[in-house]
Amino acid sequence: MKQTRFNAHHRKLGAKMVEFCGWDMPVEYKGIIDEHVACRTAAGLFDVSHMGEIHVAGKDALAFVQYISPNDVARLSPGMVQYSALMTDKGTYVDDMLVYCVHPEFYLLVVNAANTDKDFAYIFARRGHFQVALDNASDRYSQIALQGRQAIPILQPLTEVPLAGMKSFTFAFGKVAGKECLVSRTGYTGEDGFEVYTLDPDPGVIWDSIMEKGTPLGMQPVGLGARDTLRLEARLPLYGNDIDDTTTPIEADFKWIIKFKKGDFLGRDVLVKQNEQGITRKLVGFELLDRGIARAHYPIFVDGAPAGQVCSGTFAPFLKKSIGTVYLPVKKSTVGTEFEIGIRDKKVTARVVPSPFYKRDY
Amino acid sequence: MYPQNFKFTKDHEWARVEGDLAVIGISDFAQKHLGDVVYVDLPAVGTHLAVHQTIGTIESVKAVSEVFSPVSGEVVETNAGLADAPETINQDPHGNGWILKLKMANKGDLDALMATPDYEKYLEGLEH
Repeated sequence: MKQTRFNAHHRKLGAKMVEFCGWDMPVEYKGIIDEHVACRTAAGLFDVSHMGEIHVAGKDALAFVQYISPNDVARLSPGMVQYSALMTDKGTYVDDMLVYCVHPEFYLLVVNAANTDKDFAYIFARRGHFQVALDNASDRYSQIALQGRQAIPILQPLTEVPLAGMKSFTFAFGKVAGKECLVSRTGYTGEDGFEVYTLDPDPGVIWDSIMEKGTPLGMQPVGLGARDTLRLEARLPLYGNDIDDTTTPIEADFKWIIKFKKGDFLGRDVLVKQNEQGITRKLVGFELLDRGIARAHYPIFVDGAPAGQVCSGTFAPFLKKSIGTVYLPVKKSTVGTEFEIGIRDKKVTARVVPSPFYKRDY
Repeated sequence: MYPQNFKFTKDHEWARVEGDLAVIGISDFAQKHLGDVVYVDLPAVGTHLAVHQTIGTIESVKAVSEVFSPVSGEVVETNAGLADAPETINQDPHGNGWILKLKMANKGDLDALMATPDYEKYLEGLEH
């Protein structure tokens, strides 16, 4: 099993560790609800070093990233980040990803841990005539996320990077706790915050320094358990649950990441057609009206007939209700529509609600 | 840390005898394993339960778990406090986090359960 460079830190904090995508990762420290609420009300510190980092460099770097993703990479100046995807030629997801423009001949792609090897093989196989050097740099990177309204007060004393002036979805290079880092104003929780990447082989001091600054301000280390409940409250998608190689960004309610006018890209033809003809199903957020938790893969029923499965579902610790996502027939996907979810031997009522379920107020 | 006058099952339920009644809950090991409890589904008073029959389910944020009856009998009371404060199971699993009380049909059922030292040994075995 692979270990991040913060493994000993998690164990010292008494984290419950689990195997996740081949990595030995903390699932919780004090408890999912405590960690979730700390992140919403103060800050949370996450070790997300299991995420994949792929370098695309060379004369054709821009053209190549344009080809494999639906968003318009040409809109990025150095220092900008874009939410995008890796597309199959059917317009479905190989993965979702962040694209960092270091300069027009060097991009950093940040992909899901579960997909890193698959993604790299997929990208490598499609390099064709493009003059690019591809590097799966995942194992050399460590990544920490600091999320929540206290993120700037915690992180600013540790870095020269002027954090308050950074716009959302931008990044800068600079030292954090004395280590060379890339700091981006991004995250996966619905909070303001930062993701800190480093190639330093000994980055422990970054974790320790943030813990030292953050703990008096109410920050807590957060494991994968609350990472999932936080991202779902903010209705951020998870590959394998909400999106996969059978779903398109249009169906997943991410049409905005598709820029048809930018020129050709993998899957474009299918997506153009789907956009013209209209989709038949759509990913929506729901709230359970009865007690219980509708978890992933539980069966759903529309007008009494089986209609698929829950994609993501949990008890939302901050909103204190049961929420989830599901693909519904478009005609049955408007806010207010009710349907049923099978929870063991019972059918409980759920209602389509506006999402994100949680939106920060600062 | 496990109270001495309790009896335990391999599935980590406990039973404590109060005269003809058995008070039933889940062990500290079980609550730690489940994590933050958010819902507890309880049977109606008057329900007859056989040994190892499902009492109900406990939902934590990350998992759902069935609770099995350690002994046979009739449900005479359920812990009403759990509806508003399910986290009591995490905070005090052997005390205020009790789940229900059964009027035992057969006290002999208790003989099949583990005494505290045996349960502690059983847990040691699970942790290796």
